[in-house]
Amino acid sequence: MLNIKNLKAQLEENEEVQILKGLDLEIGDGELHAIMGPNGSGKSTLSYVLAGKEDYEVTDGSVELDGEDLLDMDPEERAAAGVFLAFQYPVEIPGVPMTTFLRTAINAIRKQKDEDEIDTLEFMKLIKENCRKLGIKEDMIKRPVNVGYSGGEKKRAEVLQMAILDPKLCILDETDSGLDIDALKVVSEGVNNLRNENRSFLIITHYQRLLDYIKPDHVHIMADGKIVQSGGPELALELEEKGYGDLLNDAP
Amino acid sequence: MVATQETIDTVKETQGKYKYGFTTDIDMEMAPKGLNEDIIRFISAKKSEPEWMLEWRLNAFKVWQSLPEPDWAKLKFPQIDYQDSYYYAAPKSDKDRPKSLDEVDPKLLETYEKLGIPLKEQAVLAGVAVDVVFDSVSVATTFKEKLKEAGVIFCSISEAIQNHPELVQKYLGTVIPVDDHKFSALNSAMFTDGSFVYVPKGVRCPMELSTYFRINAMNTGQFERTLIIADEGSYVSYLEGCTAPQRDEHQLHAANVELIAMKDAEIKYSTVQNWYPGDEEGKGGIYNFVTMRGICEGANSKISWTQVETGSAITWKYPSCILKGDNSQGEFYSVAMTNNYQQADTGTKMIHIGKNTRSRIVSKGISSGKSDNTYRGLVKILPNATNARNFTQCDSLLIGDTCGAHTVPYIESKAPTAICEHEATTAKISDDQMFYAQSRGLDEEEATALIINGFCKEVLQHLPMEFAVEAQKLIAISLEGSVG
Repeated sequence: MLNIKNLKAQLEENEEVQILKGLDLEIGDGELHAIMGPNGSGKSTLSYVLAGKEDYEVTDGSVELDGEDLLDMDPEERAAAGVFLAFQYPVEIPGVPMTTFLRTAINAIRKQKDEDEIDTLEFMKLIKENCRKLGIKEDMIKRPVNVGYSGGEKKRAEVLQMAILDPKLCILDETDSGLDIDALKVVSEGVNNLRNENRSFLIITHYQRLLDYIKPDHVHIMADGKIVQSGGPELALELEEKGYGDLLNDAP
Repeated sequence: MVATQETIDTVKETQGKYKYGFTTDIDMEMAPKGLNEDIIRFISAKKSEPEWMLEWRLNAFKVWQSLPEPDWAKLKFPQIDYQDSYYYAAPKSDKDRPKSLDEVDPKLLETYEKLGIPLKEQAVLAGVAVDVVFDSVSVATTFKEKLKEAGVIFCSISEAIQNHPELVQKYLGTVIPVDDHKFSALNSAMFTDGSFVYVPKGVRCPMELSTYFRINAMNTGQFERTLIIADEGSYVSYLEGCTAPQRDEHQLHAANVELIAMKDAEIKYSTVQNWYPGDEEGKGGIYNFVTMRGICEGANSKISWTQVETGSAITWKYPSCILKGDNSQGEFYSVAMTNNYQQADTGTKMIHIGKNTRSRIVSKGISSGKSDNTYRGLVKILPNATNARNFTQCDSLLIGDTCGAHTVPYIESKAPTAICEHEATTAKISDDQMFYAQSRGLDEEEATALIINGFCKEVLQHLPMEFAVEAQKLIAISLEGSVG
């Protein structure tokens, strides 16, 4: 599915700050990988670079999605290729109802694939079904994108978008931040419902807590722009116990 | 991430090209160039106007001569040579006015096709009566019967002068006095045609009334005159939209629109304006100097202006409300977009005279390219307007760093019990918003159009449904070439 080799990236505006310093990661079809790491280790940068944010410049390495060169694509082309990023801080778009946004996004992706626009009834059905699963009230999706949404609503809306756009690779950037335990359960369940043998996940988180609800196949620890340790779910538990400090010192 | 070559090519292709740029080859009946008493007599005779109308025009001409050019707007343009323009052009078929669409010059109908207005279908399907002003003379009026049943008069102002002189004489020039300013006097002297609406007491107009304006002759100034009267307890919604063909010479357009709302009456006036804005170097384009004013004459009356301004080289337009009746309400919802070298100076005046009068102003300005976009508004509360309320919101959005947005609000309150609120914001489309939308599959232009339409939502939702859809498309078209 995803193959990252020796990825190096820096801020476009400040060439002296290299954030990713040769990162390697391979995610197979249907696998769920969690990346953990201290603040400033480059976790969010990785998610932005994968989604194609302009602020970062890739200086070395390669990223392939099912053999296609991801780095050569514009963000919208990556979306059409099946990449979805659930934002840590979802962005407000005043005046644009969430339903309009969703429909525009579906049709934009369909257009890139030379497919017809979604039929109104089909769209309504899709929205209704997914809102029910995620415990989203219809009132919420009539409101402008993320404007005045609570922390929980924003994250649910991200998972709703993810469900509706049907991506191959889902990247979740600290989706658990700012969630109370009930919202965390709902969001986790939403993610679990989307898991299947063709869809892969990259979950970025600070805390083991999320992984109680979303069981990872692999856990990686990131520090200083690289993956420094990889293992199974037990690695997250070890991390919870020891903290990053000890673990990073132990690292070979 | 750099835009793909394809995007660049598309942008180049569309940049500065005016989608509706074409002229129809129809024989015109022209008056000679220039502005003088003879031309006024010619126009008046051409329309077989009664003596009082001619006198009114001639008086207005004298007033026009005595008035200076208004110079307070933040606009730059060369001195207008009034003598170097034609002031009258009528399609030749004027002599035998068509009684139905079948009798209309097929070439004219072809033009409507190009404009995307299949007149018959549109009229039937949308339930809209269309009074088409094609170069100064109304050539087709549909749905007259249905309106007649309701007692609504909807015709060209020329017809109204012939058939309803008592109404025209009573109301013409009462909201916009002839000597209000240079352009209002010019219009009063020279107006060639326009629309007239009278809605009788207690009648709710059964359909939205719509007029498409179109300038179609070289160097022909257009001076529309519109008069709408809503009698006690009546309601009417009026739509005005325009697209104009591409040309090189500057064209002067100076319309006067007067609205009169009696006790408990309501008038909703919506405009989508898309005159030719000039090319990407700023050459050509329409000068649009429009005076629009409504009076809430009776108690509990309401006038609501909604405008979407995307065209013209210069827009100078301040749809205003005089809130004379107690408890009357005035509203102004505006989207003004400028691109390339366009200049817009637009806003409103809300004059509170009656008690408990309320006004609401929502203005959204979007500037891109090298354009300048100014909101200019006056909220005036007179001493007797106790408990008057005003709310004003002016938002500006900048695209790129070579354009300008300016907000010039004036508030004059002489009533201690009045409350005025003013909110203003200036913003740019943020990179975060763009990235968020793009990461969901939208390309740059789609993302920009979506964000802008969201920015304008509050205004667009006041437009009638079919107009709102058209306006959204227009906004996307007007943006082409401003992103990337």
